[in-house]
Amino acid sequence: MSEKFSLRPYQPGTHTLRRDRHGRLVFTDEAGVEHEAVVPVRAFPIEAPDEGISLVSGDGHELIWIARLAQLEEPMRALITEALSLRDFNPVIAQLVAVSSFATPSTWTVFTDRGRTDFVLKGEEDIRRLRDGGLLITDSHGVTYRVADLVRLDRASRRLLDRFL
Amino acid sequence: MEQEPRTPPVHLSMPLLHALFFCQPMLPSSRSLHAAHADVDAVSHHALQPDLRPGEIILATLETNLDGALRFARTAVFLTSERMISDSGGAGCMSWDLNTALFLRHSDHAGVATLALHDQESCLASWRFTLGRDLAAVALIHAFERVQAARAGTLSAADDDITHCPICNATLTDESDDCPACQPDAVKPTSTWVLLRLWRFARPYKKQLLLGFLLTLASTAATLVPPYLTMPLMDEVLIPFHKGAHIDRDHVLLYLGGLLGAAMTAWGLGWWRTYLLALVSERIGADLRTATFAHLLELSLEYFGAKRTGDLIARIGNESDRICVFLSLHALDFLTDVLMLLMTALILFSINPKLTLVTLLPLPLIAWLIHLVRDRLRTGFEKIDRTWGDVTNVLADTIPGIRVVKAFAQEKRESARFHDANRQNLAINDRLNRIWSLFAPTVSMLTEVGLLVVWGFGIWLVADSAITVGVLTAFIAYIGRFYGRLDSMSRIVSLTQKAAAGAKRIFDILDHASSVPEPVNPVPLTKVQGIITLRDVGFRYGSRRVIRNMNLTIQPGEMIGLVGHSGSGKSSLVNLICRFYDVSDGAILVDGVDIRRYALADYRQHIGLVLQEPFLFHGTIAENIAYGKPDATRADIVAAARAAHAHEFILRLQLGYDSIVGERGQGLSGGERQRISIARALLINPRLLILDEATSSVDTETEKEIQKALDNLVQGRTTIAIAHRLSTLRRADRLVVMERGVMVEVGSHAELMQARSSYWRLYEAQARKAETDGSEAWPLVPELTP
Repeated sequence: MSEKFSLRPYQPGTHTLRRDRHGRLVFTDEAGVEHEAVVPVRAFPIEAPDEGISLVSGDGHELIWIARLAQLEEPMRALITEALSLRDFNPVIAQLVAVSSFATPSTWTVFTDRGRTDFVLKGEEDIRRLRDGGLLITDSHGVTYRVADLVRLDRASRRLLDRFL
Repeated sequence: MEQEPRTPPVHLSMPLLHALFFCQPMLPSSRSLHAAHADVDAVSHHALQPDLRPGEIILATLETNLDGALRFARTAVFLTSERMISDSGGAGCMSWDLNTALFLRHSDHAGVATLALHDQESCLASWRFTLGRDLAAVALIHAFERVQAARAGTLSAADDDITHCPICNATLTDESDDCPACQPDAVKPTSTWVLLRLWRFARPYKKQLLLGFLLTLASTAATLVPPYLTMPLMDEVLIPFHKGAHIDRDHVLLYLGGLLGAAMTAWGLGWWRTYLLALVSERIGADLRTATFAHLLELSLEYFGAKRTGDLIARIGNESDRICVFLSLHALDFLTDVLMLLMTALILFSINPKLTLVTLLPLPLIAWLIHLVRDRLRTGFEKIDRTWGDVTNVLADTIPGIRVVKAFAQEKRESARFHDANRQNLAINDRLNRIWSLFAPTVSMLTEVGLLVVWGFGIWLVADSAITVGVLTAFIAYIGRFYGRLDSMSRIVSLTQKAAAGAKRIFDILDHASSVPEPVNPVPLTKVQGIITLRDVGFRYGSRRVIRNMNLTIQPGEMIGLVGHSGSGKSSLVNLICRFYDVSDGAILVDGVDIRRYALADYRQHIGLVLQEPFLFHGTIAENIAYGKPDATRADIVAAARAAHAHEFILRLQLGYDSIVGERGQGLSGGERQRISIARALLINPRLLILDEATSSVDTETEKEIQKALDNLVQGRTTIAIAHRLSTLRRADRLVVMERGVMVEVGSHAELMQARSSYWRLYEAQARKAETDGSEAWPLVPELTP
């Protein structure tokens, strides 16, 4: 059992990461064993996105644990940051342009940091309040949108959003 | 609502990851294709046609909505008979000639899917899109596979024979071309006139409502008689008396009699009307509650998984009651008021149009004021409802979990949570009350001002001899009522909003179509053989893929053991077979027919389910055993209990089969409750039996008892058993080993032990543990092999 709980921390210098020609990440551990198609996963994507990152093998087992993103060496950090940014798709809503109705399901038209889009909000319970005053909104297909800070939104957006809170 | 596209005011920059998007495009055979689409929004498969070679046809189209850096942008991906073409508007167009070395990879995470084109050496291109476009992507992949198979010459004729849904690849039925799996996710916005939708529930009481309306009309008219009589009383009796004339007693008595008569009539009619309409609205409320609850029960487990119990209870309980009160009291009063207003206006006009106009002057102002406050109040009330739901949610969380709360000594924390919810409720109430409290006094003030206007103008008219004093008195009497009603009418705003908010929350439930829909033309199911076929089954829970690509055929009477770590998708698979959820891809067939084509009740009638945590309803043990078959005879019940090895312990209870058990089965041990639930499953004599960790919550001694009961249950039925303890599955004909949603091994115990793979590891681990525990429950290996 103890083996299961053992922590395998990242060791600078001995652990390496590269991207192969199929675009997959290949991790080499301290014994020199290569693991193909590894995935970095955030343990606390909302509360602490830059802490606690786990490098997980293709079959779902943890290979190493990275306590903080900052402790990584290049090029590993760049690769992991890149992979994380593609994995965690969390558009931040900058402006709420329109909602189709105040009753759910409702189609929202929003401007995010990743461009303009529409999505369907299935129910008010899909809006989760975060501890820091932000919101996490899950659409009908499981994509999560964030509102960084409610009070920083413009008045019109806030008024629309307010109807759902 | 603004619809015109605007540039975003906040433009956060993202690192450009284009290198990844088209990860080293190795073989772009043609870069010359050019379709300059400045307006990205205009890209759609109708507007956009790639330049095709002669004889080339488009087989599938996918319009993606994300670029390589995961920004929202559109790219059209075409599969043609010769190439894959990717056209991202301004960014240009690329294509890859198809050859047998190419293959597509499809994956998704957190709502974003990736489709990548690979050859043997590298990734040629990848496209990203949100899961809303996944159906089109899957269609493209299927088309791609067919093209590739045709190229390789391996396309079998059989593939052409069966009709598959072009979108999700589910098998289509003979009768219909509509795919049962993929209904487009239509979004119907709820109308703001949600209260009118209550008509659906009022329709059965049409006659009573009509009578009620006529009574309202009559009683309102009756209440308008007395002020009218003040006019002749004043002009023909009191004023002449002041001028020295004699009072005619008969004349006075006639008027007074008229007053009394009108009052009595109004009283009688009012009583009848109120009683009748209260009766009707009570029934409408009850129908609404029943319909909502009935509909709620029809909804899939997915819905219950997402909603909180406290919220649902509040909706069905409080909201329907609120609507009922609204209909019986407030709406009725309002109707009366409107009628009175109209009638009064008519009467006043007939007496003196000029004075009437002045009298009605403040009315538009008040109407405008009401309109102004209306929206704010409504949103406020919706908010209050939601925070009220939060308050009840804390209760619904804490009370069932009271043992955990106490064990971890978190009473203070829960109390603080409740306090918080309450405080938020208070805060929102306070904010709303600020507007609301201003509203009523303003209306009162306007009333007074209105009366003042009438007095002033009236006196001027009297002085001008344009009207008599009697007319002025009648006006004042009418207007007094009139404005008095306006005050209470203004209250209808908030009450209507409250009721509308309640109605909306109820219709939210009623409008929610079950994600496990009943088929339109169900296939009759009377006798089940018990062949279960899983064909390419995939299941997604939210954006998480729980089961993928599962293929399995289970023979009638066969017992299948599902083995795997928790979270490997065993329970999800069982939920799919029970049709608590519907598959996301592929199909589950029972006796060769997609289970989505059977009526739900028909289908589930043939399923016996024994869960890890048996749920007993409040009622007698006999009722609990007969839950699935309420018309079972006592003899049947006892026989089922005997077979489930429950008979003897039931007899030991003071009231035997008539003992009452509560929702958590107080007074019964885990094993006893489990055996009651086994008896329940036995009684309906199902062809398909599902045991979901039926013995994992009890000790090994009890497990033996339960196991004996289960052995009786399993005989001759198609059985799917999930068990953590592999010993429970010793009678299984085949074992299916699952790992993270994928079926990794199938075979008998002996075969799997020989393979020395996943199952072997699981078995060894458990055997080691059993040894160290010194438990004798672990069966010897020879016992396991049939």
